[in-house]
Amino acid sequence: MNIIVCIKQVPDTTEVKLDPVTGTLIREGVPSIINPDDKAGLEAALRIKEQNGARVTVVSMGPMQADVALREALAMGADEAYLISDRAFGGADTWATSYTIAAAIRTLDYDLIIAGRQAIDGDTAQVGPQIAQHLGLPQVSYVEAVERVEAGSLVLRRQFEDRYHIVEVATPCVITVLSELNKPRYMSVSGVMDAYREKTVNVLTLAQLESVIDKGNIGLGGSPTRVKQSFTKQPKAKGEKYEVDADEAVRLIVEWLEARHII
Amino acid sequence: MDFQLSKEHALLRELYRSFAQAEVKPLAEEIDEQERFPVETVKQLGRYGFMGIPYPKEYGGAGADTLAYVMAIEELSRVCGTTGVVVSAHTSLCCGPIYEFGTEEQKRKYLPGLLSGERVGAFGLTEPGAGTDAAGQQTKAVLAGDNWVLNGTKIFITNAGHADVFIIFAMTDKAQGTRGISAFIVERGFEGFRVGKEEKKMGIRGSSTCELIMEDCIVPKENLLGGLNKGFKVAMKTLDGGRIGIAAQALGLGEGAVDEAIKYVKERKQFGRRISQFQNTQFKLADMSTRMQAAQYLVYSAALAKDSGAAYSKEAAMAKLFASEAANDVTRQAVQLFGGYGYTREYPVERMMRDAKITEIYEGTSEVMRMVIASALGVN
Amino acid sequence: MSRNILVFAEQRNGVLQKVAAELIGKASELAQKLDEQVIALILGHGVERLAQEAIEYGADSAIVVDAPELGEYLTAPYTRAAVEAIRRAEPGIVLYGATSLGRDLAPRVSATVKTGLTADCTKLEIDEESRLLLMTRPAFGGNIMATIVCAEHRPQMATVRPGVMQALPRDAGRRGEVTRLDVAFCEEDNRVRILEVVKGDRKDVDITEAKVLVSGGRGIGGAEKFALLKQLAEQFPGGEISSSRANVDAGFIGRERQVGQTGKTVRPKLYIACGISGAIQHIAGMEDADFIIAINKDPGAPIFDVADLGIVGDLNVVLPKLIAALERRA
Repeated sequence: MNIIVCIKQVPDTTEVKLDPVTGTLIREGVPSIINPDDKAGLEAALRIKEQNGARVTVVSMGPMQADVALREALAMGADEAYLISDRAFGGADTWATSYTIAAAIRTLDYDLIIAGRQAIDGDTAQVGPQIAQHLGLPQVSYVEAVERVEAGSLVLRRQFEDRYHIVEVATPCVITVLSELNKPRYMSVSGVMDAYREKTVNVLTLAQLESVIDKGNIGLGGSPTRVKQSFTKQPKAKGEKYEVDADEAVRLIVEWLEARHII
Repeated sequence: MDFQLSKEHALLRELYRSFAQAEVKPLAEEIDEQERFPVETVKQLGRYGFMGIPYPKEYGGAGADTLAYVMAIEELSRVCGTTGVVVSAHTSLCCGPIYEFGTEEQKRKYLPGLLSGERVGAFGLTEPGAGTDAAGQQTKAVLAGDNWVLNGTKIFITNAGHADVFIIFAMTDKAQGTRGISAFIVERGFEGFRVGKEEKKMGIRGSSTCELIMEDCIVPKENLLGGLNKGFKVAMKTLDGGRIGIAAQALGLGEGAVDEAIKYVKERKQFGRRISQFQNTQFKLADMSTRMQAAQYLVYSAALAKDSGAAYSKEAAMAKLFASEAANDVTRQAVQLFGGYGYTREYPVERMMRDAKITEIYEGTSEVMRMVIASALGVN
Repeated sequence: MSRNILVFAEQRNGVLQKVAAELIGKASELAQKLDEQVIALILGHGVERLAQEAIEYGADSAIVVDAPELGEYLTAPYTRAAVEAIRRAEPGIVLYGATSLGRDLAPRVSATVKTGLTADCTKLEIDEESRLLLMTRPAFGGNIMATIVCAEHRPQMATVRPGVMQALPRDAGRRGEVTRLDVAFCEEDNRVRILEVVKGDRKDVDITEAKVLVSGGRGIGGAEKFALLKQLAEQFPGGEISSSRANVDAGFIGRERQVGQTGKTVRPKLYIACGISGAIQHIAGMEDADFIIAINKDPGAPIFDVADLGIVGDLNVVLPKLIAALERRA
């Protein structure tokens, strides 16, 4: 079985701080990590590899710095790594991103494609299902458990807000997984050594993908959506403190919650 | 000269940190409080290759180097001194001499199990009457047919309560003094071998420090390590390597205390200001951090010296001397910055201070380090 | 030419979801600015009657695809039906709820019809000049807001977080045209098969996942007071209770709910600190919450330094009144 795991290198948003004076984002010193949902996807693939035998290939699209995320995946036990990287791919929205990744995947062998449900820097949850559509594959998203792996199919638990489905999906297919799915393993010390000394990260540029890509569909130019404006949230105002009677206090709280769309 | 870590070392650092934060730190307080050996952590350490970092893959090691190894001890000790020394004693003091002095058969027999962490290793040199003065060994080994028969008692043996393989030193020719000592590979379960009482300690309380008792202990002839009467050399060489590990443990403890102190002073308010806004705090932390950075350079350069195949006895002694004294000063100052809270067990700095003390004592006291350094300088 | 706003009106078990009414409400406002109409799209089996409900919430008309293939949600048949409806109605805008269903369906539709999709919008407006839909969403863990446009592709599509938009009051007198659309499903839609549907299964709580935390400190006065806190927490979707160390050590509540240095670090959307003085070891674990409300008797309690809204008062009086007020509102 050939498994492709799509991973994204993201800034660890839990480490992001706002400059208290300017209210802007402090990006320096924010560590880059493998997106948590994607890492759970890699772990799922590695478990299938251990239990059923599989070749695990990791694919990422991003700048050359994403190399380290792929090395980490190799150090965890992935067999092969591809970095889709070219200036021409820059500025892509989810549609163009999924188009480009799908094109690269077309050049590889696959039975199962695993992606994280969503990335913590964008939270869109769109790229996985869009890859599935570009490749014409069935998809199961929000997977919270892999129940069984059989020849030609998978049995999965698919989460909804109020229920879950046990579904059977025929391979080849795309699944998107939740970080609750498992606790990803660490890299191993020997895995790190191998990742740099025995294995390579194959870079796929536009030139290498030209035969499977329509240039009108990539990068900023190929993206249906565009960021018109981005801004940071207002820095936290100095808090207010009230010494009032209980009824007035309740009125204040409710009003305050409403103003912030919490209720 | 290159002060930049290689890419693999940088990624290893990430592995060590994430493992230490998620798996080691949460247990540090508990194992100290309960004086409990972290069995579950050791299992995980084995799984991820921490128990055989600087040894080749052909023996089941991770295929990395001494620098990679000391970085692991550093990062583990940064959150838990106990875990740091468990790995250090195992790697440097048990796997080390087998790898360096063992026959091919001994390496094939013992290293795979040790390097995978399935079996834990320990080192038995110290005796009630023979600490720094190793020549005062009372434990004796006598050859009887195909076996050596060992009699004697070892004390203060790190990992002893949970170790499976021990490097034991014994007199094979009393008249020769240090030139009459031999080393043996002894397994838990050998007839006549048992682990005695466990010490109650000031720090590194989760590490299992016990007495070893050998009463007509039967050791197969082929378990003699490094040749007859060559034990003193085995011990001294092994301790040179071990000192880099302990230096790294001290380094981690000091750095951990700096981490904790920086976090605390930014939160703690007194006189209406964060205490980080007071110049005393700023200067103290600047000094503490500088000390630890200097210690790191010494530790890393000793590791690199060992990897390069050069003599590193002096470098290891300097690294341990400097790092252990720095760790003691820095952890004590960290407690001071925390004030009353620092003295309570709610915060980890008091534990780090207790853990740091031993690094000035074991695997050669600071006084012995000074002797080693002075002798290397030809000052005698 | 593409015009009108199509709202995917999500139903589960034949019940129109709240988010559907919210989206119809928002769509009505946008449609007014554009001088266009709101069309509700209802997919399911045995759900035709929901068309009228959607209209009562403000839709001008409805398209219903009612088929056995659309009983329990499956990506492929739902996508086929939604794409068919879009091709037929040619809307300028399509809105979906950012539910686990909507976030599965919408991207698949967007890749199929080749148009943009903006996820989890918290604000939708019409640009006065270009008449484009301005879709604003949080990114980067909520630290940044971005306004997205889809200028050249149609429809412009967005998913919207539930609870963000306001539904209009239901008007039983509203009438509108209901179109029933027949969709031909095919073999390819059966590559995913449901073996079992399990409803109402929820796992144990993880306070770090909670959207809202109502947290009790030493000042609450006893284990039984957590029941009161729980009542308040239940007023919020994703609300849970948590505690400072004192109550955990006293055995009033489990350690898994402890917030702070020795407990868990949480960053919920809203943290309500009840009777918590605000020792730094507690604050270290919760100061990154988006919003913090503190209720404490002691006006000098340090918790007020980090709270966005501080109430100096007796929580035993304030909380029951607050719960009652929130209940009335819901």
